[in-house]
Amino acid sequence: MSTGTTKLDVVVSDVVPVNDLVTRFHFRRRDGELLPTFSGGAHVVVEMRDGERTRLNPYSLMGSPLNTSEYTISVRRDDVGRGGSLFMHRSVKPGLEMVISYPVNLFSLDLRAKKHLMLAGGIGITPFMAQTAQLAAEGGNFELHYTCRTASLGTYADTLRERYDRRVRLYHDDRDERIELERVLSSQPLGTHLYVCGPSGMIGWVRDRAAALGWPSETVHFEHFAAPQPGAPFDVTLAVTGKTIRVDEQQSLLEAIEAAGVDPPYLCRGGVCGQCETNVISHDGKFIHNDHWLSEEDHRSGCKIMPCVSRFEGRSLVLER
Amino acid sequence: MAAKSIISRPIYGTLSPQPGKHHLFIADAEGALAITDLAAKAPAGFFGDAHIIFIPGPDGKHVATLEALKPAQFYQGYSFASALPRLKQTLANAHMGLRLYLAGTEGLIGQAMQTALEAGIDHTSMQTEHRGSLARRMQCVHCKGITENVTTQPATCSHCGLLLLVRDHYSRRLAAFQGVCINAEDRSEIPPMEEIFR
Repeated sequence: MSTGTTKLDVVVSDVVPVNDLVTRFHFRRRDGELLPTFSGGAHVVVEMRDGERTRLNPYSLMGSPLNTSEYTISVRRDDVGRGGSLFMHRSVKPGLEMVISYPVNLFSLDLRAKKHLMLAGGIGITPFMAQTAQLAAEGGNFELHYTCRTASLGTYADTLRERYDRRVRLYHDDRDERIELERVLSSQPLGTHLYVCGPSGMIGWVRDRAAALGWPSETVHFEHFAAPQPGAPFDVTLAVTGKTIRVDEQQSLLEAIEAAGVDPPYLCRGGVCGQCETNVISHDGKFIHNDHWLSEEDHRSGCKIMPCVSRFEGRSLVLER
Repeated sequence: MAAKSIISRPIYGTLSPQPGKHHLFIADAEGALAITDLAAKAPAGFFGDAHIIFIPGPDGKHVATLEALKPAQFYQGYSFASALPRLKQTLANAHMGLRLYLAGTEGLIGQAMQTALEAGIDHTSMQTEHRGSLARRMQCVHCKGITENVTTQPATCSHCGLLLLVRDHYSRRLAAFQGVCINAEDRSEIPPMEEIFR
Protein backbone atom coordinates (compact mmCIF):
# COMPACT_ATOMS: atom_id res chain seq x y z
CA MET A 1 0.00 0.00 0.00
CA SER A 2 1.43 3.30 -1.02
CA THR A 3 1.29 5.80 1.82
CA GLY A 4 -1.34 8.44 1.23
CA THR A 5 -1.67 7.71 -2.45
CA THR A 6 -4.82 6.82 -4.24
CA LYS A 7 -4.66 5.02 -7.55
CA LEU A 8 -5.59 6.52 -10.89
CA ASP A 9 -7.34 4.46 -13.56
CA VAL A 10 -5.79 5.56 -16.84
CA VAL A 11 -5.67 4.55 -20.47
CA VAL A 12 -2.59 4.77 -22.67
CA SER A 13 -3.46 7.50 -25.15
CA ASP A 14 -0.25 7.49 -27.18
CA VAL A 15 3.07 5.66 -27.47
CA VAL A 16 5.85 7.62 -29.22
CA PRO A 17 9.32 6.21 -29.96
CA VAL A 18 11.80 9.03 -29.22
CA ASN A 19 15.07 7.36 -30.19
CA ASP A 20 16.73 3.92 -30.20
CA LEU A 21 16.42 3.55 -26.43
CA VAL A 22 13.64 5.81 -25.24
CA THR A 23 9.89 5.66 -25.75
CA ARG A 24 7.34 8.14 -24.46
CA PHE A 25 3.97 7.07 -23.03
CA HIS A 26 0.92 9.31 -22.66
CA PHE A 27 -1.80 8.57 -20.12
CA ARG A 28 -5.31 10.01 -19.78
CA ARG A 29 -7.95 9.31 -17.19
CA ARG A 30 -10.44 6.68 -18.23
CA ASP A 31 -13.32 8.85 -16.99
CA GLY A 32 -12.16 11.77 -19.16
CA GLU A 33 -11.61 14.08 -16.19
CA LEU A 34 -8.44 16.09 -15.56
CA LEU A 35 -5.55 14.38 -13.78
CA PRO A 36 -4.38 15.69 -10.39
CA THR A 37 -2.12 18.74 -10.33
CA PHE A 38 1.60 18.05 -9.93
CA SER A 39 4.80 20.06 -9.68
CA GLY A 40 8.00 19.68 -11.69
CA GLY A 41 10.11 16.78 -10.42
CA ALA A 42 7.15 14.60 -9.41
CA HIS A 43 6.95 10.92 -10.31
CA VAL A 44 4.18 8.35 -10.60
CA VAL A 45 4.44 4.64 -9.86
CA VAL A 46 3.23 2.64 -12.86
CA GLU A 47 1.69 -0.79 -12.21
CA MET A 48 2.76 -3.26 -14.86
CA ARG A 49 0.64 -6.38 -14.97
CA ASP A 50 2.82 -8.83 -16.85
CA GLY A 51 1.07 -12.20 -16.68
CA GLU A 52 1.51 -13.56 -13.15
CA ARG A 53 3.87 -10.75 -12.17
CA THR A 54 3.15 -7.22 -11.15
CA ARG A 55 5.97 -4.73 -11.25
CA LEU A 56 5.67 -1.24 -9.81
CA ASN A 57 8.20 1.18 -11.29
CA PRO A 58 8.50 4.92 -10.62
CA TYR A 59 8.85 7.32 -13.57
CA SER A 60 9.21 11.10 -13.55
CA LEU A 61 6.37 13.05 -15.08
CA MET A 62 7.90 14.98 -17.97
CA GLY A 63 4.99 16.99 -19.31
CA SER A 64 4.24 20.56 -18.36
CA PRO A 65 2.61 20.83 -14.91
CA LEU A 66 0.28 23.35 -16.55
CA ASN A 67 -1.30 20.58 -18.62
CA THR A 68 -3.16 17.98 -16.55
CA SER A 69 -5.25 16.59 -19.38
CA GLU A 70 -2.52 13.96 -19.75
CA TYR A 71 0.59 12.64 -17.99
CA THR A 72 3.67 11.71 -19.96
CA ILE A 73 6.64 9.58 -18.98
CA SER A 74 9.70 8.55 -20.95
CA VAL A 75 11.09 5.07 -20.45
CA ARG A 76 14.63 4.11 -21.35
CA ARG A 77 14.90 0.47 -22.41
CA ASP A 78 17.19 -1.48 -20.10
CA ASP A 79 18.02 -4.83 -21.71
CA VAL A 80 19.74 -6.20 -18.60
CA GLY A 81 17.33 -4.82 -15.99
CA ARG A 82 14.46 -6.62 -14.32
CA GLY A 83 12.18 -6.36 -17.31
CA GLY A 84 9.95 -3.41 -16.39
CA SER A 85 11.24 -1.18 -19.15
CA LEU A 86 11.14 -4.07 -21.65
CA PHE A 87 7.50 -4.70 -20.70
CA MET A 88 6.70 -1.03 -21.28
CA HIS A 89 8.46 -1.04 -24.67
CA ARG A 90 7.03 -4.34 -25.91
CA SER A 91 3.60 -4.71 -24.40
CA VAL A 92 2.19 -1.27 -23.74
CA LYS A 93 0.15 -0.03 -26.69
CA PRO A 94 -2.36 2.80 -27.15
CA GLY A 95 -5.71 1.84 -25.64
CA LEU A 96 -4.25 -0.33 -22.85
CA GLU A 97 -5.90 0.31 -19.49
CA MET A 98 -3.35 0.75 -16.71
CA VAL A 99 -3.22 1.85 -13.08
CA ILE A 100 -0.79 4.50 -11.85
CA SER A 101 -0.30 6.18 -8.48
CA TYR A 102 -1.05 9.79 -7.66
CA PRO A 103 2.02 11.94 -8.32
CA VAL A 104 4.56 12.29 -5.51
CA ASN A 105 7.39 14.83 -5.59
CA LEU A 106 10.68 13.97 -3.89
CA PHE A 107 12.70 16.24 -6.20
CA SER A 108 10.86 19.53 -6.09
CA LEU A 109 12.15 22.97 -6.97
CA ASP A 110 12.93 25.28 -4.08
CA LEU A 111 10.98 28.28 -5.30
CA ARG A 112 12.76 30.63 -2.89
CA ALA A 113 15.83 30.29 -5.13
CA LYS A 114 16.90 33.29 -7.21
CA LYS A 115 18.15 30.93 -9.90
CA HIS A 116 17.93 27.21 -10.64
CA LEU A 117 21.01 25.40 -11.98
CA MET A 118 20.10 21.99 -13.43
CA LEU A 119 22.52 19.20 -14.30
CA ALA A 120 21.14 16.20 -16.19
CA GLY A 121 22.81 13.00 -17.34
CA GLY A 122 21.08 10.71 -19.88
CA ILE A 123 17.51 9.77 -19.05
CA GLY A 124 17.90 11.91 -15.92
CA ILE A 125 16.61 14.69 -18.18
CA THR A 126 12.95 13.73 -17.60
CA PRO A 127 12.19 15.57 -14.33
CA PHE A 128 13.83 18.68 -15.81
CA MET A 129 11.41 18.61 -18.74
CA ALA A 130 8.61 19.33 -16.26
CA GLN A 131 10.64 21.68 -14.08
CA THR A 132 11.81 23.86 -16.98
CA ALA A 133 8.23 24.07 -18.30
CA GLN A 134 7.04 25.11 -14.84
CA LEU A 135 9.76 27.75 -14.43
CA ALA A 136 9.47 29.11 -17.97
CA ALA A 137 5.77 29.72 -17.41
CA GLU A 138 6.53 31.79 -14.32
CA GLY A 139 9.44 33.69 -15.81
CA GLY A 140 11.81 31.73 -13.56
CA ASN A 141 15.56 31.91 -14.00
CA PHE A 142 17.21 28.61 -14.88
CA GLU A 143 20.19 27.15 -16.71
CA LEU A 144 20.30 23.50 -17.80
CA HIS A 145 23.44 21.49 -18.51
CA TYR A 146 22.66 18.20 -20.20
CA THR A 147 25.19 15.43 -20.84
CA CYS A 148 24.28 12.62 -23.23
CA ARG A 149 26.19 9.85 -24.97
CA THR A 150 25.59 10.90 -28.57
CA ALA A 151 23.45 13.47 -30.34
CA SER A 152 21.03 10.76 -31.50
CA LEU A 153 20.61 9.53 -27.91
CA GLY A 154 20.22 13.07 -26.56
CA THR A 155 16.61 12.54 -25.57
CA TYR A 156 14.65 15.81 -26.00
CA ALA A 157 17.86 17.80 -26.50
CA ASP A 158 16.45 19.39 -29.68
CA THR A 159 13.13 20.18 -28.00
CA LEU A 160 14.91 21.84 -25.08
CA ARG A 161 17.21 23.86 -27.34
CA GLU A 162 14.24 24.99 -29.38
CA ARG A 163 12.25 26.00 -26.30
CA TYR A 164 14.99 27.60 -24.22
CA ASP A 165 17.85 28.32 -26.63
CA ARG A 166 21.02 29.35 -24.78
CA ARG A 167 19.65 28.47 -21.38
CA VAL A 168 20.41 24.85 -22.37
CA ARG A 169 24.00 23.61 -22.80
CA LEU A 170 24.60 20.19 -24.35
CA TYR A 171 27.60 17.92 -23.86
CA HIS A 172 28.16 14.79 -25.98
CA ASP A 173 30.35 12.00 -24.62
CA ASP A 174 31.27 10.78 -28.13
CA ARG A 175 32.66 14.23 -28.96
CA ASP A 176 34.59 14.37 -25.69
CA GLU A 177 32.58 17.34 -24.53
CA ARG A 178 32.64 17.72 -20.76
CA ILE A 179 30.89 20.16 -18.50
CA GLU A 180 33.38 22.54 -16.86
CA LEU A 181 31.87 21.81 -13.49
CA GLU A 182 34.29 23.91 -11.44
CA ARG A 183 33.64 26.99 -13.55
CA VAL A 184 29.87 26.46 -13.71
CA LEU A 185 29.60 26.01 -9.94
CA SER A 186 31.86 28.96 -9.18
CA SER A 187 30.07 31.48 -11.38
CA GLN A 188 26.51 31.22 -10.04
CA PRO A 189 24.91 34.20 -8.31
CA LEU A 190 24.14 33.99 -4.62
CA GLY A 191 20.76 32.38 -4.02
CA THR A 192 21.18 29.72 -6.74
CA HIS A 193 19.95 26.18 -6.04
CA LEU A 194 21.50 23.16 -7.75
CA TYR A 195 19.56 20.13 -9.04
CA VAL A 196 21.22 16.95 -10.30
CA CYS A 197 19.61 13.89 -11.87
CA GLY A 198 21.51 11.17 -13.67
CA PRO A 199 23.79 8.19 -13.04
CA SER A 200 24.91 7.83 -9.43
CA GLY A 201 28.57 8.48 -10.35
CA MET A 202 27.58 11.85 -11.77
CA ILE A 203 25.46 12.72 -8.74
CA GLY A 204 28.32 11.81 -6.37
CA TRP A 205 30.82 13.87 -8.38
CA VAL A 206 28.60 16.95 -8.52
CA ARG A 207 27.66 16.78 -4.82
CA ASP A 208 31.31 16.42 -3.79
CA ARG A 209 32.50 19.33 -5.91
CA ALA A 210 29.60 21.54 -4.80
CA ALA A 211 30.32 20.84 -1.12
CA ALA A 212 34.05 21.52 -1.57
CA LEU A 213 33.29 24.80 -3.35
CA GLY A 214 31.12 25.98 -0.48
CA TRP A 215 27.60 25.22 -1.68
CA PRO A 216 25.53 24.70 1.49
CA SER A 217 23.85 21.27 1.48
CA GLU A 218 20.40 22.94 1.65
CA THR A 219 20.98 24.28 -1.86
CA VAL A 220 21.92 20.95 -3.48
CA HIS A 221 19.05 18.68 -4.59
CA PHE A 222 19.46 15.34 -6.30
CA GLU A 223 17.46 12.39 -7.52
CA HIS A 224 18.95 8.98 -8.04
CA PHE A 225 17.43 7.01 -10.86
CA ALA A 226 18.00 3.75 -9.01
CA ALA A 227 15.87 0.93 -10.30
CA PRO A 228 16.04 -2.21 -8.13
CA GLN A 229 18.92 -4.41 -9.26
CA PRO A 230 18.33 -8.08 -10.06
CA GLY A 231 20.32 -10.63 -8.06
CA ALA A 232 20.45 -14.18 -6.76
CA PRO A 233 17.12 -15.49 -5.37
CA PHE A 234 16.80 -15.64 -1.56
CA ASP A 235 14.28 -16.69 1.08
CA VAL A 236 12.78 -14.42 3.70
CA THR A 237 10.58 -15.05 6.73
CA LEU A 238 8.00 -12.37 7.52
CA ALA A 239 7.63 -12.68 11.29
CA VAL A 240 4.52 -10.56 11.83
CA THR A 241 2.39 -12.23 9.17
CA GLY A 242 4.05 -15.62 9.61
CA LYS A 243 4.89 -16.10 5.95
CA THR A 244 7.96 -17.45 4.24
CA ILE A 245 8.58 -16.08 0.78
CA ARG A 246 11.10 -16.43 -2.02
CA VAL A 247 12.48 -13.37 -3.79
CA ASP A 248 13.14 -14.23 -7.41
CA GLU A 249 16.13 -13.09 -9.40
CA GLN A 250 14.17 -10.40 -11.26
CA GLN A 251 11.96 -9.40 -8.35
CA SER A 252 12.60 -6.81 -5.65
CA LEU A 253 12.16 -7.78 -2.01
CA LEU A 254 9.31 -5.26 -1.76
CA GLU A 255 7.56 -6.82 -4.77
CA ALA A 256 7.93 -10.29 -3.24
CA ILE A 257 6.44 -9.08 0.05
CA GLU A 258 3.53 -7.54 -1.86
CA ALA A 259 3.06 -10.69 -3.96
CA ALA A 260 2.58 -12.58 -0.65
CA GLY A 261 -0.35 -10.30 0.15
CA VAL A 262 1.46 -8.10 2.67
CA ASP A 263 1.21 -4.35 2.06
CA PRO A 264 4.13 -2.37 3.48
CA PRO A 265 4.03 1.41 2.97
CA TYR A 266 6.02 2.79 0.02
CA LEU A 267 6.38 5.99 -1.93
CA CYS A 268 9.36 6.15 -4.29
CA ARG A 269 10.36 2.50 -4.82
CA GLY A 270 13.83 3.82 -5.52
CA GLY A 271 15.57 3.79 -2.14
CA VAL A 272 15.30 7.47 -1.30
CA CYS A 273 12.04 8.31 0.49
CA GLY A 274 12.31 6.03 3.54
CA GLN A 275 8.69 4.85 3.61
CA CYS A 276 9.35 1.11 3.25
CA GLU A 277 12.12 0.99 5.88
CA THR A 278 11.86 -2.42 7.52
CA ASN A 279 13.31 -3.78 10.75
CA VAL A 280 15.43 -6.94 10.58
CA ILE A 281 14.70 -9.37 13.41
CA SER A 282 17.53 -11.77 12.64
CA HIS A 283 19.85 -12.65 9.79
CA ASP A 284 22.58 -15.06 8.84
CA GLY A 285 24.27 -13.73 5.74
CA LYS A 286 25.15 -10.55 3.92
CA PHE A 287 23.00 -7.54 3.02
CA ILE A 288 23.31 -5.86 -0.37
CA HIS A 289 22.17 -2.37 0.50
CA ASN A 290 21.38 -0.25 -2.57
CA ASP A 291 19.43 2.58 -0.94
CA HIS A 292 20.27 6.23 -0.31
CA TRP A 293 18.07 6.47 2.77
CA LEU A 294 19.72 4.56 5.63
CA SER A 295 22.93 5.85 7.19
CA GLU A 296 26.17 3.90 6.85
CA GLU A 297 25.76 3.07 10.51
CA ASP A 298 22.30 1.58 9.82
CA HIS A 299 23.80 -0.45 6.97
CA ARG A 300 26.53 -1.82 9.20
CA SER A 301 24.14 -2.56 12.07
CA GLY A 302 22.22 -5.20 10.10
CA CYS A 303 19.04 -4.03 11.84
CA LYS A 304 17.32 -2.31 8.92
CA ILE A 305 16.73 -2.83 5.21
CA MET A 306 15.00 -0.89 2.42
CA PRO A 307 13.14 -3.69 0.58
CA CYS A 308 12.43 -1.57 -2.52
CA VAL A 309 16.04 -1.73 -3.77
CA SER A 310 18.13 -3.83 -1.37
CA ARG A 311 18.77 -7.58 -1.39
CA PHE A 312 20.27 -10.33 0.74
CA GLU A 313 22.60 -13.27 0.28
CA GLY A 314 22.85 -16.01 2.88
CA ARG A 315 21.07 -18.63 4.94
CA SER A 316 18.22 -16.82 6.64
CA LEU A 317 16.58 -13.43 6.94
CA VAL A 318 13.67 -12.63 9.27
CA LEU A 319 11.88 -9.30 8.82
CA GLU A 320 9.36 -7.49 10.99
CA ARG A 321 6.55 -7.56 8.40
CA MET B 1 24.01 32.60 26.05
CA ALA B 2 20.35 33.12 25.25
CA ALA B 3 17.95 30.74 26.98
CA LYS B 4 15.76 28.47 24.86
CA SER B 5 12.04 29.11 25.11
CA ILE B 6 9.61 29.00 22.21
CA ILE B 7 10.40 27.63 18.79
CA SER B 8 10.82 30.98 17.01
CA ARG B 9 13.36 32.20 19.54
CA PRO B 10 16.68 32.08 17.62
CA ILE B 11 19.33 29.65 18.80
CA TYR B 12 22.92 30.53 18.02
CA GLY B 13 25.86 28.21 17.58
CA THR B 14 29.62 28.49 17.53
CA LEU B 15 31.42 29.75 14.42
CA SER B 16 33.43 27.09 12.64
CA PRO B 17 35.36 27.26 9.35
CA GLN B 18 33.25 26.03 6.40
CA PRO B 19 34.44 24.78 3.03
CA GLY B 20 34.04 27.53 0.46
CA LYS B 21 35.74 30.00 -1.83
CA HIS B 22 34.99 33.21 0.03
CA HIS B 23 34.18 33.95 3.66
CA LEU B 24 32.19 36.99 4.76
CA PHE B 25 32.18 37.92 8.43
CA ILE B 26 29.86 40.46 10.00
CA ALA B 27 30.45 41.17 13.67
CA ASP B 28 30.01 43.80 16.31
CA ALA B 29 31.87 44.46 19.59
CA GLU B 30 32.69 41.19 21.37
CA GLY B 31 31.64 39.24 18.27
CA ALA B 32 35.26 39.86 17.22
CA LEU B 33 36.30 37.23 19.75
CA ALA B 34 34.13 34.60 18.03
CA ILE B 35 36.13 35.33 14.86
CA THR B 36 39.48 35.01 16.61
CA ASP B 37 38.31 31.73 18.19
CA LEU B 38 37.39 30.48 14.72
CA ALA B 39 40.77 31.63 13.41
CA ALA B 40 42.48 29.28 15.86
CA LYS B 41 40.66 26.32 14.20
CA ALA B 42 40.88 27.54 10.59
CA PRO B 43 43.21 26.02 7.97
CA ALA B 44 46.20 28.07 6.81
CA GLY B 45 45.30 30.75 4.29
CA PHE B 46 41.63 30.78 5.33
CA PHE B 47 41.53 34.57 5.79
CA GLY B 48 43.20 35.14 2.41
CA ASP B 49 39.66 34.90 0.92
CA ALA B 50 37.90 36.60 3.82
CA HIS B 51 36.08 39.90 4.14
CA ILE B 52 35.37 41.22 7.63
CA ILE B 53 32.74 43.89 8.26
CA PHE B 54 33.18 45.00 11.86
CA ILE B 55 31.23 47.44 13.97
CA PRO B 56 33.21 48.06 17.18
CA GLY B 57 31.36 48.90 20.37
CA PRO B 58 31.63 52.34 22.02
CA ASP B 59 35.00 51.32 23.50
CA GLY B 60 36.44 50.74 20.00
CA LYS B 61 38.14 47.51 21.05
CA HIS B 62 39.22 44.49 18.93
CA VAL B 63 39.94 46.34 15.67
CA ALA B 64 43.67 45.61 15.77
CA THR B 65 43.03 41.95 16.70
CA LEU B 66 40.88 41.43 13.62
CA GLU B 67 43.27 43.33 11.32
CA ALA B 68 46.03 41.03 12.54
CA LEU B 69 44.17 38.08 10.94
CA LYS B 70 45.06 39.77 7.60
CA PRO B 71 41.72 39.31 5.86
CA ALA B 72 41.60 40.18 2.15
CA GLN B 73 39.23 43.03 3.07
CA PHE B 74 38.59 44.71 6.40
CA TYR B 75 35.89 47.32 6.87
CA GLN B 76 35.10 49.19 10.05
CA GLY B 77 31.63 50.71 10.32
CA TYR B 78 30.14 53.16 12.80
CA SER B 79 26.81 51.35 13.01
CA PHE B 80 24.96 48.53 11.29
CA ALA B 81 23.06 51.15 9.28
CA SER B 82 26.32 52.67 8.02
CA ALA B 83 27.70 49.23 7.09
CA LEU B 84 24.49 48.11 5.36
CA PRO B 85 25.15 49.56 1.88
CA ARG B 86 28.52 47.80 1.82
CA LEU B 87 26.94 44.52 2.97
CA LYS B 88 24.22 44.74 0.32
CA GLN B 89 26.74 45.53 -2.39
CA THR B 90 28.97 42.64 -1.33
CA LEU B 91 26.07 40.17 -1.38
CA ALA B 92 24.78 41.47 -4.72
CA ASN B 93 28.14 40.78 -6.36
CA ALA B 94 28.79 37.47 -4.59
CA HIS B 95 28.65 34.00 -6.10
CA MET B 96 27.66 30.65 -4.68
CA GLY B 97 30.58 29.49 -2.60
CA LEU B 98 30.45 32.55 -0.34
CA ARG B 99 29.99 31.51 3.31
CA LEU B 100 28.51 33.86 5.86
CA TYR B 101 29.50 34.14 9.53
CA LEU B 102 27.58 36.41 11.93
CA ALA B 103 28.81 37.13 15.44
CA GLY B 104 27.94 39.54 18.20
CA THR B 105 24.73 40.99 19.55
CA GLU B 106 21.32 39.61 18.64
CA GLY B 107 20.39 42.85 16.88
CA LEU B 108 23.46 42.63 14.62
CA ILE B 109 23.00 38.93 13.88
CA GLY B 110 19.30 39.41 13.18
CA GLN B 111 19.70 42.39 10.84
CA ALA B 112 22.62 40.88 8.93
CA MET B 113 20.62 37.65 8.59
CA GLN B 114 17.61 39.58 7.31
CA THR B 115 19.76 41.19 4.60
CA ALA B 116 21.34 37.86 3.69
CA LEU B 117 17.93 36.14 3.49
CA GLU B 118 16.85 38.78 0.98
CA ALA B 119 19.99 38.00 -1.02
CA GLY B 120 18.91 34.34 -1.18
CA ILE B 121 20.97 32.67 1.57
CA ASP B 122 18.99 30.17 3.65
CA HIS B 123 19.16 30.93 7.38
CA THR B 124 20.31 27.36 8.03
CA SER B 125 23.31 27.98 5.74
CA MET B 126 24.67 30.80 7.93
CA GLN B 127 27.00 30.38 10.87
CA THR B 128 26.00 32.42 13.92
CA GLU B 129 27.47 33.00 17.36
CA HIS B 130 26.04 35.23 20.04
CA ARG B 131 28.54 37.36 21.99
CA GLY B 132 28.04 40.39 24.15
CA SER B 133 24.85 42.22 24.96
CA LEU B 134 21.43 40.54 25.06
CA ALA B 135 19.74 43.84 24.12
CA ARG B 136 16.83 43.23 21.75
CA ARG B 137 15.43 44.79 18.62
CA MET B 138 11.69 44.93 19.23
CA GLN B 139 8.76 45.56 16.95
CA CYS B 140 5.62 47.05 18.51
CA VAL B 141 2.76 44.92 17.16
CA HIS B 142 0.42 47.91 17.53
CA CYS B 143 2.18 50.75 15.66
CA LYS B 144 4.79 48.49 13.89
CA GLY B 145 7.63 50.79 14.90
CA ILE B 146 10.96 49.16 15.76
CA THR B 147 12.79 50.09 18.95
CA GLU B 148 16.51 49.26 19.09
CA ASN B 149 18.55 48.11 22.07
CA VAL B 150 15.71 47.19 24.40
CA THR B 151 17.11 46.04 27.74
CA THR B 152 14.07 46.24 30.01
CA GLN B 153 10.93 44.19 30.61
CA PRO B 154 8.44 45.72 29.99
CA ALA B 155 9.74 48.34 27.54
CA THR B 156 8.29 51.54 26.17
CA CYS B 157 7.69 51.73 22.40
CA SER B 158 9.86 54.60 21.13
CA HIS B 159 7.22 55.38 18.49
CA CYS B 160 3.72 55.19 20.03
CA GLY B 161 4.70 55.16 23.69
CA LEU B 162 2.73 52.05 24.69
CA LEU B 163 4.19 49.91 27.47
CA LEU B 164 5.12 46.58 25.83
CA LEU B 165 5.80 43.05 27.06
CA VAL B 166 8.92 41.93 25.13
CA ARG B 167 8.15 38.40 24.00
CA ASP B 168 10.54 35.61 22.90
CA HIS B 169 8.46 35.42 19.72
CA TYR B 170 10.93 36.40 16.99
CA SER B 171 10.55 37.28 13.31
CA ARG B 172 13.45 36.57 10.95
CA ARG B 173 11.70 38.64 8.29
CA LEU B 174 11.62 41.71 10.53
CA ALA B 175 14.75 40.78 12.52
CA ALA B 176 12.88 41.73 15.69
CA PHE B 177 11.21 40.37 18.79
CA GLN B 178 7.52 41.03 19.25
CA GLY B 179 6.37 43.64 21.76
CA VAL B 180 2.73 43.47 22.94
CA CYS B 181 0.90 46.00 25.12
CA ILE B 182 1.20 44.80 28.71
CA ASN B 183 -1.67 46.86 30.19
CA ALA B 184 -4.25 47.06 27.43
CA GLU B 185 -7.16 46.55 29.87
CA ASP B 186 -6.12 49.26 32.29
CA ARG B 187 -3.40 51.74 31.28
CA SER B 188 -3.05 52.98 34.83
CA GLU B 189 -1.66 49.59 35.82
CA ILE B 190 2.10 50.04 35.47
CA PRO B 191 4.11 46.89 36.25
CA PRO B 192 7.65 47.44 37.53
CA MET B 193 10.30 47.77 34.79
CA GLU B 194 13.33 45.53 35.22
CA GLU B 195 16.56 45.52 33.22
CA ILE B 196 16.80 41.90 32.07
CA PHE B 197 18.32 41.95 28.53
CA ARG B 198 21.84 43.04 29.37
